[in-house]
Amino acid sequence: MIDHDIIRQTLSIALRTGGDFAEIFVEDKASSNALFDDGKVENLSSGRDRGAGIRVIVGETTGFAHTADLSAAGLAEAAGAAGAAALSGGGGVQEIALTRQHAPRPNEIELLPEEVAKAHKVALLRRANDAARGAGGSITQVTARYGDSRRRILVANSDGLLTEDDQVRTLFTVMAVASGDTGMQTGYQSMGRTIGFELFDRFDVEDLAREAAERALLKLAARPAPSGTMPVVMGPGGGGVLFHEACGHGLEADLVAKGASVFAGRVGERVADPRITLVDDGTMAEEWGALAIDDEGSLGSRNVLIEDGILTDYMWDLLRSRQEGRPRSGNGRRQSYKHLPMVRMTNTYVLAGPDDPAQIVADTPSGVYVAHLGGGQVNTATGDFVFGMTEAYLIEDGKITEPIREGNLIGNGPAVLSTIDAVGHDFAMGSPGMCGKDGQGVPVGDGIPTMRVPALTIGGTA
Amino acid sequence: MAPEQPDLLAVAVRIAEMAGPAEQVEAYVARGTSTSVKAYGGEVESLTQAASAGVGVRVIVDHREGFAYAGTLDESAVLEALTEARDNAQFGEPDEFNALAEPDGTAAANLDLWPAGLEHVPTADKVAMALELERAATSRDERVRSVRVAMFADARGEGAVATSTGIRAWGRAGNCHLAVQALAVRNGETQIAAGLSVGREVGDLSVDEAADDAILRATRLLGATKPATQRITLVLEPRMTATILGLVGGMLNGGAVLKGRSPFAGRVGELIASPLLTFVDDPTDPRSLGAEIHDGEGLACRRNELVVKGVLQGFLQNSYTGRRSGTASTGSAQRGISSTPGVGAGALAVAPGVGTHDEVLGAIEHGLFVTSMAGLHSGVNPVSGDFSVGVEGLMVKGGELAEPIREATIASTLQRLLLDISAVGADLEWLPDGSGGVTLVVPDVALSGT
Repeated sequence: MIDHDIIRQTLSIALRTGGDFAEIFVEDKASSNALFDDGKVENLSSGRDRGAGIRVIVGETTGFAHTADLSAAGLAEAAGAAGAAALSGGGGVQEIALTRQHAPRPNEIELLPEEVAKAHKVALLRRANDAARGAGGSITQVTARYGDSRRRILVANSDGLLTEDDQVRTLFTVMAVASGDTGMQTGYQSMGRTIGFELFDRFDVEDLAREAAERALLKLAARPAPSGTMPVVMGPGGGGVLFHEACGHGLEADLVAKGASVFAGRVGERVADPRITLVDDGTMAEEWGALAIDDEGSLGSRNVLIEDGILTDYMWDLLRSRQEGRPRSGNGRRQSYKHLPMVRMTNTYVLAGPDDPAQIVADTPSGVYVAHLGGGQVNTATGDFVFGMTEAYLIEDGKITEPIREGNLIGNGPAVLSTIDAVGHDFAMGSPGMCGKDGQGVPVGDGIPTMRVPALTIGGTA
Repeated sequence: MAPEQPDLLAVAVRIAEMAGPAEQVEAYVARGTSTSVKAYGGEVESLTQAASAGVGVRVIVDHREGFAYAGTLDESAVLEALTEARDNAQFGEPDEFNALAEPDGTAAANLDLWPAGLEHVPTADKVAMALELERAATSRDERVRSVRVAMFADARGEGAVATSTGIRAWGRAGNCHLAVQALAVRNGETQIAAGLSVGREVGDLSVDEAADDAILRATRLLGATKPATQRITLVLEPRMTATILGLVGGMLNGGAVLKGRSPFAGRVGELIASPLLTFVDDPTDPRSLGAEIHDGEGLACRRNELVVKGVLQGFLQNSYTGRRSGTASTGSAQRGISSTPGVGAGALAVAPGVGTHDEVLGAIEHGLFVTSMAGLHSGVNPVSGDFSVGVEGLMVKGGELAEPIREATIASTLQRLLLDISAVGADLEWLPDGSGGVTLVVPDVALSGT
């Protein structure tokens, strides 16, 4: 992507003011998006973002600058700005020998987005629209989106590391609106993988569109959600975001180090029911959060965070692992070259457990069954988290009965983890997600087996 | 005029003038600089100095639209964006209402939104403010001895729009803010809350205001418990009111109305809210940090009354939605360089009602004072209006703030909340996102807890 002599020279300039560590992150991202709405292809758009972020670390201080100018002069200017920001006095000239490190990719890409005709991308949209509208006369509006991106990154640093990744992601989403006597309801469904256009050989956009439409239709007849605290059973895949919020963020080493996590100081302790093993895995082939390297050049890896209920480790980025003198975990990520990396999840999931999923529902006299979740949010200091249910039902006498309207559930991470009382032997990954933290969004995946939490608060009105 | 003006507008004009005889071309060009200083543990945790620029090009040919952007103003990338946008236009389907904005005769407001002093503030002063903010936040209350982060940030930017249909617009604005997330700790319990101070110039900022706000918000939540499930009167502080009305503003988007996604479609002239409520989107109000001279299509921003005494006045429009709905643009096109113009409010604010914050609160015998909401993206559906969010706050007893609560939700529909408003305070507060809120009272809302 960029000449190695220029990289060495840029890193040397960055260290001139006495930095302990310098890094250059180069990104070249091409994306295309097509939008179908209100019965027609509204537009196709394409974008190109290319630039470099340079950081210099001196003691506890990080200086950072970025530039869209990848010439030697442009990089030198940014390196100077980053070095000045982390000014600590004269450092002199430092020679850096770069060693290329090969990063095995979780999976190969079969069909690069730029090799697929735009007409083929656009054609998927109408098929999705027609399928969604065909699901019922009450479907009054359909929005379908196609998106792809190819993000090539290079990371080099003053430790001599030089490594690259080529990340291709493809996403398709459908939102349907159904209208009836009770007003309008929406249904949303998406699929996304860290692969190319072969996504559409594996998944059918028409199935996806029908699922979105059926979710909207179902909610037209939905009852108001109950309010108060009750048992909640989460279906396989549908509830992964619960763990992302209930404990994932709280296991990010940057929040832990600042005492802003309820899980600080608890490694080695029992934090969850023994049936719970939680993993964050950047190497999970094709999943939405998959990567060969993180955005600091560390190899993606599979990290067990909670094993049989015991907290085993946090997730780490370069800064926190340097401070603690321990290995990185492949969790240093950033939205783009314009952002500083921080600790982020990749694909976070709970392994299958011992229980029969059907029996879990049958053993629940009354409660709520959540088949599909929306996003969520957590206050890591208290552990209180919310997540949205976008498809949920009442459980009455051990049976899944009527659909309920959407809303949030609220719970406390440590309390929920330690009280989970059933974990199914099924497992599924959930929908592709975009995780936001301090204003930066990164793609993440999640998954769970069927499981039951004996007491969660349902944010309904009934 | 400022020296930047000819440069950026000239770039936009040059692209627009490349339009062929049968096509329309729009260029939106923007660039900006920003600084952010984060302090932690008495040291600078990070210092970021950034400059960025980009261009978005929209082409309309035979009523088909195509778009492309580039995150740079390099000549070759700009030309590539134009080529790509032209190519993309072949794949959009024709829509008779697809066309670029045209000058509509509305004069741009004479606003000075440029923080002229900001560019002369040395970085060392910004660093000092961030460090001082951390010190202030951690030295005033024994329960607050650390922060998650204390930050100074500023941003200055300019943007230009030019089209082959005659639009020529340029504007610039900037602002800065202090923000701190304070951690309050007592008996092994930790609460976190943010304090802010925002303004255009560094002189508008107050370390004390940000620090005291964070300390108060974090410490008063210590000891919070889960409340009983009940129906309760909500007292929304100004920033909560602004957040909720922001959601309502999104439902008054002309695009959502045309596409059958707004529950307020067809209700202009009807009572959709309590007669106590009036709210307006006015980006020409310089008190708002969302103030702008031009919208994303280069039309003059203007004052738009959305709800007056509870009655819906109309919807926000860009030029496409205005044309298609048989009205006209309200100067409400919103965009970044990487997208085509959408529709949205820039400076939505509630008209002040009656009473100070204390007077409004003093009239509440039993209620919940809401100080934060969580899960707005997952629990609020702007099409159905379903509303369910996590809340923290303080109970109100006999007109006074009482014990803190957490791990609870409130739920209703946005339509219901608007109609049920029973008091609107006069305590207008302008918020960092450009909106303005007041203390608002809504009785009989479902609170879900134990």
